[in-house]
Amino acid sequence: MKYLCLVYLEAAKMRAVPDAECLACGDGFRSRGVLVAAEALQPVDTATTVRVRNGQVSVTDGPFAETKEQLAGFYLIEARDLNEAIQHAAKIPPAREGSVEVRPVRQLDA
Amino acid sequence: MHATDPVIEAVDRVYVSESRRVLATLIRLLGDFDAAEEAMSDAFRAALEQWPREGVPSNPRAWLVSTGRFKAIDALRRQKKFDQLDEASAAERLGVTDAHAWADEASVEDDRLRLIFTCCHPALAPDAQVALTLREVCGLATEEIARAFLTPAPTLAQRIVRAKSKIKVAKIPYEVPGRADLPGRLDAVLRVIYLVFNEGYAASAGATVTRHDLSSEAIRLGRLLVDLTAEPEAQGLLALMLLHESRRNARMSATGDLILLDEQDRSRWDRALVTEGAALVEQALASRRFGPYTIQAAIAAVHAEAQSAAATDWNEIVGLYDVLRRMDASPVIELNRAVAVAMRDGPAAGLDTIDAILARGELKEYRLAHAARADLLRRLGRKDEARAAYERALTLTQQEPERRFLQRRIGEL
Repeated sequence: MKYLCLVYLEAAKMRAVPDAECLACGDGFRSRGVLVAAEALQPVDTATTVRVRNGQVSVTDGPFAETKEQLAGFYLIEARDLNEAIQHAAKIPPAREGSVEVRPVRQLDA
Repeated sequence: MHATDPVIEAVDRVYVSESRRVLATLIRLLGDFDAAEEAMSDAFRAALEQWPREGVPSNPRAWLVSTGRFKAIDALRRQKKFDQLDEASAAERLGVTDAHAWADEASVEDDRLRLIFTCCHPALAPDAQVALTLREVCGLATEEIARAFLTPAPTLAQRIVRAKSKIKVAKIPYEVPGRADLPGRLDAVLRVIYLVFNEGYAASAGATVTRHDLSSEAIRLGRLLVDLTAEPEAQGLLALMLLHESRRNARMSATGDLILLDEQDRSRWDRALVTEGAALVEQALASRRFGPYTIQAAIAAVHAEAQSAAATDWNEIVGLYDVLRRMDASPVIELNRAVAVAMRDGPAAGLDTIDAILARGELKEYRLAHAARADLLRRLGRKDEARAAYERALTLTQQEPERRFLQRRIGEL
């Protein structure tokens, strides 16, 4: 079963965890066959929101919702169940600075 | 079929004693709460039809689990989700290849523990944990739980549906946590059980102080946990509940008024519960792995063993509060310690501590802090201040018997 671990951090803490540590975490997940994909994101002030209404594309600056913590990156992992996913999520370094939301992946209806 | 038919009565008895175990095992076999509930009612329906003809089976629980499981397979077939290709894997999942795996006592008891730990999983909202535990582990109807927690039934039903859906979709495993996770996970289970007990013992709102059913369910769960885990803090919590429960008949007057500990008729305390509770405290303390529930139970045991409020070993109680305070530095514990200090060293000593807690802004809205302060002021003869403090407590309580108690105290000043 796949879980998406969304890493959230306050703007001031976006670089609080050294990149090397996050790379090492990803490598650890990969070597144990846990990792499907992982990326870090640029800060929200580089974000653009796209909507399509009545066939018209509208483009606005910034993220969809203003929150104190912003999406800083993600790890898509493979886990047996939620307990295992929580154990992996707890090893993601920014978990100690911000928070990690663990979401089960939904299979699209064929 | 007449309702007093002995076989029908047997089915009723088996329902009361076994339905929760049957459900817990079916959830494991079917991997789904709703399917398991349906399979269980199908199994009991089948029992009502077949047992009068064929007699009550020698192992009713195994019969019900096995019947429920086959009914579930039938249901899956009917839903056509069970085509040829899937049959082997589904059969394996349903335990068909290992027909006796579920029948032995040990795995059935493990299933009950799996069910409790799953219902109290920290990924579920705290109020959902309580509702789900009462519904699935204790078998209370949604309406009963809603009444007990003064929550509209549809709200409560939705809470349960949402929790069950999260268990399924996010795949919360049906398992007893391993040794490394057990302490933290056990805390969550104990918290839910104690919450259920307190809601039954000292309802936070409403016209009666006790809602007995919830307390007895909590004690039943506490016993189950002690039987199945033998963890010292589980023993401590069970002891604490039994010692509180022992005073149930003494803490309310015939007219439904609250009687405080120092004014209770101690001959009305249930000695059997006191003995059982005190023995559990001893066991938990001897383990040297005890926690805050055990210490609170030890305090309750000191009260239980005293002939009167005056004869209570207040020095021992203050010492136990010191231990408790080192484990959990909460202002409520400090408040209770201050009351014990007042009993040992006189009201002035306790009053200073309570004033200091309130001056820090903590417990400002906590009715019992103001009630305790009022009581000490009354004993010091400072009537005007006592009245003001009682009145402050009165504005903070929703509970009828407590309101009457405070009004009576104001009247006596």
